[in-house]
Amino acid sequence: MAAADPNAAPAPPNDSTNHGLRVVVAWFVLSAIATPLVAIFVGHQIPPGNASAQGSEQVFDNTWMLSVITPVICLLVVFFVYGLGAFRATSDAVVDGPPLRNDSRIQVLWIVGTSVIVLFLAGFGTYELLQNGAGGGQGPHPIAVPSGSKFQVQVVAQQWQFTYRYPSLGGLESNQLYLPADTDVELHVTSLDAIHSFWAYELGVKADANPGVDNVVFVKTKGPGTFHVRCAELCGLWHAYMFNNGHVVDSGQFQAWAAKQQKLYAAIKPFMDKPESEGGAPYSKTYFPAPERRAG
Amino acid sequence: MTEAAIAPPPPLWRRLIGFNLLTGIVLGIGGWYVGWYGAHAIAGPSIEYFGDTDYNELSVYLAYIGGVVGFLAGLGFLNYPFARLRGYPPSLREKETGGWTRYFGLCTDHKVVGIQYLWGIGLFFFIGGLNAMLIRTEQLSPHSQSFPMGTYLTIVGMHGTMMMGMMTSGILGPFANYLVPIMIGARRMAFPRIEALTFWLLMAAGAILTTTIFFGGFPTGWTGYAPLQTEANAGMDNYILFFALVGISVTLLGLNMIATILTMRAPGLTWTRLPIFVWGVLSTAVLMVLAAPVLVAVLAMGALDRTAQTSFFNAAAGGSSYLYENLFWVFGHPEVYILALPGFAIVLELLPVFSRKPLWGYRLAVAGLLGVSLLSWFVWQHHLFVSGINGDLRPFYMLSTELISIPTGFTFLCGMMTLWRGSIRFTVPMLFCLAWFFNFLIGGLSGVFLSDVPSDVTTHGSFFSMAHFHYTIMGGLVFTFFAAIYYWLPKMTGWELNERLGKIHFWTMFVFFNSTFAPLFAAGFLGQSRRAPVYTGNLKFLNDWVSISAFLLGISMLVFLYNLVRSVAFVKKPAEANPWASRSIEFQLPSPVPVHNFDRIPVFSSDPYGYGEGPAPKWVVPAGAPAGRE
Repeated sequence: MAAADPNAAPAPPNDSTNHGLRVVVAWFVLSAIATPLVAIFVGHQIPPGNASAQGSEQVFDNTWMLSVITPVICLLVVFFVYGLGAFRATSDAVVDGPPLRNDSRIQVLWIVGTSVIVLFLAGFGTYELLQNGAGGGQGPHPIAVPSGSKFQVQVVAQQWQFTYRYPSLGGLESNQLYLPADTDVELHVTSLDAIHSFWAYELGVKADANPGVDNVVFVKTKGPGTFHVRCAELCGLWHAYMFNNGHVVDSGQFQAWAAKQQKLYAAIKPFMDKPESEGGAPYSKTYFPAPERRAG
Repeated sequence: MTEAAIAPPPPLWRRLIGFNLLTGIVLGIGGWYVGWYGAHAIAGPSIEYFGDTDYNELSVYLAYIGGVVGFLAGLGFLNYPFARLRGYPPSLREKETGGWTRYFGLCTDHKVVGIQYLWGIGLFFFIGGLNAMLIRTEQLSPHSQSFPMGTYLTIVGMHGTMMMGMMTSGILGPFANYLVPIMIGARRMAFPRIEALTFWLLMAAGAILTTTIFFGGFPTGWTGYAPLQTEANAGMDNYILFFALVGISVTLLGLNMIATILTMRAPGLTWTRLPIFVWGVLSTAVLMVLAAPVLVAVLAMGALDRTAQTSFFNAAAGGSSYLYENLFWVFGHPEVYILALPGFAIVLELLPVFSRKPLWGYRLAVAGLLGVSLLSWFVWQHHLFVSGINGDLRPFYMLSTELISIPTGFTFLCGMMTLWRGSIRFTVPMLFCLAWFFNFLIGGLSGVFLSDVPSDVTTHGSFFSMAHFHYTIMGGLVFTFFAAIYYWLPKMTGWELNERLGKIHFWTMFVFFNSTFAPLFAAGFLGQSRRAPVYTGNLKFLNDWVSISAFLLGISMLVFLYNLVRSVAFVKKPAEANPWASRSIEFQLPSPVPVHNFDRIPVFSSDPYGYGEGPAPKWVVPAGAPAGRE
């Protein structure tokens, strides 16, 4: 680090100031002040927010990373503010500085420091990821699976809209996304044409929709609320208009919504594939890829 | 050495007839039509073209391939192989004298090619920049207002593709071609004719991408993701041809650099005496040679899907959209380090000059460059964290992505320790180098968020990632590109640039660059999706702020353009041979550098960073030194 031990280098004749000590002290002071402030006042404000367990986890994760990088920023700020002032050329004449070529102690300190930070971040991120999948698409064979029963919804993306299919409601299909509150939800994201990406912003969910691929993502909803859904992968002409709102509602409202949708759906149901309860596949065969076609 | 006999130059009209750019354009257009009608003879009846979208794709490919062949033939690239076939003796050099016309044709002088690259890339950089201005015009409003949707996507795609494709050679094209032979004490590149070919291929590619507007543009952005690529209209073929030609050009450029650096170093120039810029060029060139062919291959597959109805990427017929994504990013991630590494090298090359100290930790700096170059091969799937591909490999890619910040940190350490206790002069190139530290710090640390899977879930595909790579590429590459221009252009052209205008350019660019891209981190976190002209109303203020900053950033580029044209075309104040008091060898030569660089091949006895270590070595050794091969 910049914690240079100035005695290690031949000091120029007119400068015996301990610049290294000054920088290190200023860095410690600034970091000690800035890091808690950032962690407490900035971290929790980073989106996506607390509408789901996964969203909260991302906020927690972001808070940690911000806290780790704050001292790094402080070091660079202190170094450059101090260094560019203290080491600027004082006259127009070109004067050489001291020929310091190396100091292996600083190198070792720096390498160890950056390695520790990097390994910590990677370990921390892996731990957080394996908790509950962090809201990211995990492909057909998810490795971070929450225990317990899950409410399943299939998300079918096409140019340029999302269709939602509810196996537990007899294969009901709708262009509205309603999810029950305080529930583990298992979303199966697929596409009928180009690559799309299902992004439920407030829930902290993003999963690419690839044709012929079943991309599974888990999210645990919290209290009732509304969230934005939009496509996050350029999918052609009307990509920008590929959005709608989703709703997290309590179970009574959800039943009412489901009953209403089923009434609407009854008219076209005879033309759709049979639901699982009547011997059909869990998802519409039209949409759900055969296992051998699964990627991953 | 074959100095041309002094003879009166022929009149201008005579010089215009022959193998040059003019002939190249004429034959290029001719070749285009030959290809077009040839393809119709093969693949179907002749159909009306402009205005008709129902023609076959093959005609577009063959037309442009014919055009490129005609263009190169007109420039004279076929003369040499034909001359050899007919038994004439080989000539390594071509058109190295002859006034300004040598800039408009095949010229094998590496210094001419470097300047050709600078103007050629500058032209397309300007077009790409204008596209950015149009994007920001559209983003002034949360609704789609300025352009039709397809036009907007074409503008976005052209901006991204132009910048990524052209700036791949942004440093190596102009500066490495010009400087590497001088820095290593050679008189030419290893393959001078291939050197010229890389430049003219790039220009042909640029023309192809620009003419995509005649074929309806393309809707995919610079990544060209496949199922959408396969279904897109004919403008997509221009994208494929552009990137494939860039890939070929870049591969050849890299090969040439590697061969030159490995084989043509002057006596005494050991690996530990090599200027760090040459190390940066070498590590970049290795990436170029290995990565760019993958791009050419994946685009060839895309072209086959579009013309011959193969199904590499068609899931319904057994292909996979993942295949495209995977192959593209196998190229694509080394590609971003192809863009970033020369920037590292320029910073490390310039800091010793302006802080009057040796480069600190030379070996660590080299290790940093090579480490980034190596690790960049193991990170590409972080672009696919939420795609559902290899879900169980995400921890590995998270680790490898974060590991790459360790060798990047070497560059920071070496740069910072070079400044330490120095005697820092805030010249224009130095200011751009110092800005690199700021920009790349922000770019790198925002990359930490993107490399972390839980955080990436929200930031992926949003304006956050867009701001991140603009900080690394514009903040990392374009800033150092300008540092290199202000530092080396007086040497290259022999004319001084105005320092006051340079400082105005720097400060406006630095301020408005940050004012443009820093708010986009917030916009991304707040949920603004990339490449969409429509966004939620709460983001309007941020976007208006960004747009106005972007326009001012555009104006700061005009300040540079004014400075350049004014200094080079009107004021013409001759530059000193060594305006920066640099110990690097190129500044020991007169400005501009003579055609054959050195009278005698220099003998190196140290690296060029010995500031404060006694008098500068005498680079150009008098009698007794090897005369050098031609």
